[in-house]
Amino acid sequence: MTSKTVLHAKHLEAGAKMVDFHGWEMPINYGSQIEEHNAVRTDAGMFDVSHMTIVDIQGEQAQAFLRKLVANDVAKLTVSGKALYTGMLNEEGGVIDDLIIYFFSETNYRLVVNSATREKDLAHLAKVSADFAVTVTERPEFAMIAVQGPNARAKTATVLNAEQQAAVEGMKPFFGVQAGDLFIATTGYTGEDGYEIVVPNDQAADLWQQLLDAGVAPAGLGARDTLRLEAGMNLYGLDMDESVSPLAANMAWTIAWEPEDRKFIGREVLEQQRADKSTDKLVGLVLEEKGVLRSGLKVIVEGGEGVITSGTFSPTLGHSVALARVPRSTGETAQVEMRKKLVNVKVVKPCFVRNGKSVI
Amino acid sequence: MSNIPSELKYATSHEWVRDEGDGTFTVGITEHAQELLGDMVFVELPEVGDEVDAGEDCAVAESVKAASDIYAPIGGEIVAINEELEDSPETVNNDPYTDGWLFRIKASDTSELDNLLDAEGYANTIDED
Repeated sequence: MTSKTVLHAKHLEAGAKMVDFHGWEMPINYGSQIEEHNAVRTDAGMFDVSHMTIVDIQGEQAQAFLRKLVANDVAKLTVSGKALYTGMLNEEGGVIDDLIIYFFSETNYRLVVNSATREKDLAHLAKVSADFAVTVTERPEFAMIAVQGPNARAKTATVLNAEQQAAVEGMKPFFGVQAGDLFIATTGYTGEDGYEIVVPNDQAADLWQQLLDAGVAPAGLGARDTLRLEAGMNLYGLDMDESVSPLAANMAWTIAWEPEDRKFIGREVLEQQRADKSTDKLVGLVLEEKGVLRSGLKVIVEGGEGVITSGTFSPTLGHSVALARVPRSTGETAQVEMRKKLVNVKVVKPCFVRNGKSVI
Repeated sequence: MSNIPSELKYATSHEWVRDEGDGTFTVGITEHAQELLGDMVFVELPEVGDEVDAGEDCAVAESVKAASDIYAPIGGEIVAINEELEDSPETVNNDPYTDGWLFRIKASDTSELDNLLDAEGYANTIDED
């Protein structure tokens, strides 16, 4: 039995090709994935991300709970609305999920976690929260639309009321604000400017239609994947999972080591891995000749081998790029085994495109 | 429902064949095939002069989704390839039966055409997909 978001009918209306995405019937594209990708890089596109799981954490010990739950430190958040990206880890230091945490006050936070991991995430939250004076509340009454691209803010502004426009005016990246019925955040998964908008289910179709009328192009999961990969953003389940340390997934920046006495789950294992330099690392690969790097392909480097965790054709760059988990010894070049032959690839930092431009 | 022109012959592996009336046959992939593959990003074609056998993989259509082998529907010599696809692989998506053709074969044994399907036969095979 697959689930449908409240925007399902709008997708069909727009000619979407629907696929099963971890139990959700979601649009993979509305005709051309590449055109949708380009719309986001050059203008404005929107994604239905209502399948993602919103969880509110409230209570006297909300801060203490989250300081235990995730590798980053929510005590760094002091300005209302500020968001933080991090991972929640298991005791072995593997990533249970990656998530965004919005701070409203030390007793009130909002988490947005992945849909594919919903059940295990909720189970983990329930287990860890049992020792704290907090309530954990899933919010299925909300849908979510991500509007992304250089013109995303301007086009969204045309469908907001004066109060909402004022609330988001000049909002810095990685913030969120409740504006009337909408929760509007300057977050995203594309490497472009824009918003992620949490909207009550019964208003979602109207908002989608208004954005469509404002010239925002609907974009499917296909474009979402090529955009996030170009931006060097991890996809849970491919680039990391419960068996992978955040240190091997380009997530070291999402771990707060200070203060030393904050015992977040997984800390001991990570400290040892950090001291021993024992984990692999996540790098970017660039293939300038024909062909497309794909997830699962073997990467041969000096003194060892690694694996492509996600790969794609990059519409912005016109060639293929990939994320790969490889030994720390990896230098500036590597070889990938593709269709029975070895091809040379460049090894770069795991980020390829930002704000419409190549950063390789 | 996919467009399946009645004047063409088809292979179950989703190639179409058009009789040019001079002993040569143009080959491409069907609309159904390009829909399955999604946006095309690279097309690797054989070289003019190559000899291919019926059923031999002789080209690759690489889309955002996957790399897919293209099989020669009949045997013979490759006499032309669609060089436009080098710069515009998306033509295979936009015009699979016309400008998106892949290569042309001079048939070595035209009786091999009898092994191919007509439009109705091909339509039945994709219904089963």
